[in-house]
Amino acid sequence: MAKELWKGNEAIAEAAIRAGCRCYFGYPITPQSEIPEYMSLHMPKVGGIFLQSESEVAAINMVYGASGAGARVMTSSSSPGVSLKQEGISYICSAELPAVIVNVMRGGPGLGTIQPAQGDYFQATRGGGHGDYRVIVFAPANIQEVVDLMQDSFELADKYRMPVMMIMDGMIGQMMEPVEWKKPAVKLEDLPAKPWATTGTKGMRAPNVINSLFIDPNASNDHNMRLHAKYQHIIANEQRYETAETEDAELIFVAFGTPARLARAAARLLEEEGIKAGVFRPITIWPYPYDALYEAAAQDSVKAVVTVEMNTGQMIDDVRIAVRGCKPVSFVGQAGGRVPTPQEVAAAARLALGR
Amino acid sequence: MAYNDILIAGFGGQGVMSMGTTMAEAALSEGLNVSWLPSYGPEMRGGTANCSVVIADSEIISPIVVQPSELIAMNLPSLDKFEPTVKPGGYIFVNNSIIKRKLVRTDVKAIYVPTLDIADELGNMRVANMVMLGSYIEATGVLKFDTVVNMLRNIFTGKKAHLVEINQQALQRGAACAKI
Repeated sequence: MAKELWKGNEAIAEAAIRAGCRCYFGYPITPQSEIPEYMSLHMPKVGGIFLQSESEVAAINMVYGASGAGARVMTSSSSPGVSLKQEGISYICSAELPAVIVNVMRGGPGLGTIQPAQGDYFQATRGGGHGDYRVIVFAPANIQEVVDLMQDSFELADKYRMPVMMIMDGMIGQMMEPVEWKKPAVKLEDLPAKPWATTGTKGMRAPNVINSLFIDPNASNDHNMRLHAKYQHIIANEQRYETAETEDAELIFVAFGTPARLARAAARLLEEEGIKAGVFRPITIWPYPYDALYEAAAQDSVKAVVTVEMNTGQMIDDVRIAVRGCKPVSFVGQAGGRVPTPQEVAAAARLALGR
Repeated sequence: MAYNDILIAGFGGQGVMSMGTTMAEAALSEGLNVSWLPSYGPEMRGGTANCSVVIADSEIISPIVVQPSELIAMNLPSLDKFEPTVKPGGYIFVNNSIIKRKLVRTDVKAIYVPTLDIADELGNMRVANMVMLGSYIEATGVLKFDTVVNMLRNIFTGKKAHLVEINQQALQRGAACAKI
């Protein structure tokens, strides 16, 4: 199929509709407002629901309700708005309901800035709300990947009955790139049944109950352990990553989203100086591809590992866990809306190599 | 291997963003790889606006243009800000209808284009950015005129079909500036 030029945020919304999303609840916030805008125009055309809620808190609880009723449902926001959704995400995880949540990140903390950033890594990967839970988190680096991962996001959400989050910096939301719609649009009638959904018993079955309250400590413990087992299964089965020129590299950059592209540009600069640098890019940041990164970093050729982030250093914790001290790990980045340049990234690499 | 890092900058309302999307659409229809990245935020409200366009026949590594191979400066603040960043040997296109200074740099190619004067002569100030695009295409050979004209034919149809002609003239007049 021919490639088309799409703006990131509009591609997110279109990809969700093509993936069978028929309920969208959200509240505008820069730099993701084109998502609700696109949904408001196009969701009615496919018989879906677009609703601009009174707040992000309301939106995530509408997601909770629609998901409980069996709908393919999505919400989106940007950093401060996603903070407001955390209570709801915790409840949805406990109630084991599928949903897709998009965070087009801006600079923080607080109201921060509308410029692109990646300061929500901890929030996304550690469970931003209360209690023991995780969500699968995809971190696409270009618009084609956003589109390709959207169908997977809804499928994994249904499969594991949990939220799948897609996080990207504001740049990916605002930019335009060619997109190829590789997969046919999902037909709702082809989707697996959801026998757990609260769709009305019609007097034919026992009521389904959706609940996140387990007041008895034994029942609560059992529930937590069951969730834990599910997360362990996901850790074993759902890690995704991409490598570029990491084999026999002297230095390995680790980056997700836009900084992975900056790191590739930096690697080109270093190549001109005779330094072989590769880029390891986690596509899932939870579950994190620890073992794959360890293998890349443990190669004899590798002298240093440098993480590149648009924050003050968050993913570097996971990189250190992965590398297990076998190689020095350092950080380069900018926070609060500034984007590091490939020249700055290359300079950090030279420093790490002692040149 | 062609790899063009283009920065287009000017006041909001000068058609900076749409010049970039036109180039991006044209590049895509020529089978090239492309990215378009706008500056967004408070600076857009009445202030300066810019967008980065990368056009390449290979994979696009980063959509962010730090060191443009071509700068299109539609106003003085943009020229002041970005002139030092252009790659040696690159191009700077200067909208000299409103920018009254020459380039400081001597290691880049300067193309002066009186976009507003030409647009005024053609009778529609809104084609000023097409004048600039004509200069760009003529000087760099990055895109083909036919591609852009075909796009214009698809955009301007019905009652607006007459706009194809004036936009085409704007491209040609701009191209003439780059030939001198």
